[in-house]
Amino acid sequence: MSREPVLIRYFAWVRERIGLAEEQLSLPESVVTGGDLVRWLAERGETYAFAFETPDTIRVAVDQLHIEQDEPIGEAREIALFPPMTGG
Amino acid sequence: MVMAAVPRIIVCVGPDDFDVGAEIDALQAGDPAVGAVTSFVGYCRDEGGRLAALELEYYPGMAEAEIGRVVKEAVARWPLLAVTVIHRGGRIKPGERIVLVAVSSSHREAAFAACDYVMDFLKTRAPFWKKEHLAEGTNGGWVAAKADDDKRADRWKSKTD
Repeated sequence: MSREPVLIRYFAWVRERIGLAEEQLSLPESVVTGGDLVRWLAERGETYAFAFETPDTIRVAVDQLHIEQDEPIGEAREIALFPPMTGG
Repeated sequence: MVMAAVPRIIVCVGPDDFDVGAEIDALQAGDPAVGAVTSFVGYCRDEGGRLAALELEYYPGMAEAEIGRVVKEAVARWPLLAVTVIHRGGRIKPGERIVLVAVSSSHREAAFAACDYVMDFLKTRAPFWKKEHLAEGTNGGWVAAKADDDKRADRWKSKTD
């Protein structure tokens, strides 16, 4: 059984480096955690490698909730990847 | 026994400026239980003349939701009567307001602490990112997150109020 495509969203310098705000992707079964997703995306090409060159700094939100990179993405419909936040 | 009213919570994210006086007055709003309103207003600095503007990007939907979660934690921790959080997005020039956190309570201790708490976690958890536009006309790049902000947020874990 293959997974449903997931809406992947990028913000701030992750978005700028990739050159996309969002895309629909079918994730392989090997992508289980947030960290797996970051490492898998980093292999997609030069722009992705640049965006994820320091993978540990990347924050992951699943269906608009923060997760740690070692936590599972589950059956997410929307996953966002972004740098540490600087609001306020 | 008189049941405590559910705190009134307003969270607003968008491009528009806000009227600080009107927002603070609205927190009291004729509620005779209110004894204290505290507020924090964050402004865009010019960084010694270096900065022309900040561009504030945010994650629509999650920004409101995450601030709402932080406010709910504060409401669970202190006896609050009302909380208003307004955070602007888009291009903001030096001297303009970026954020308002205002809290009402019967007493000042809870109001001060809750306002401080909401600001600390808004900075570390709400999905906003600042990009600098420099006075000389160039793009100054994205503002880096500060380790001090994480430390400020962490101190609440050990605090017993």
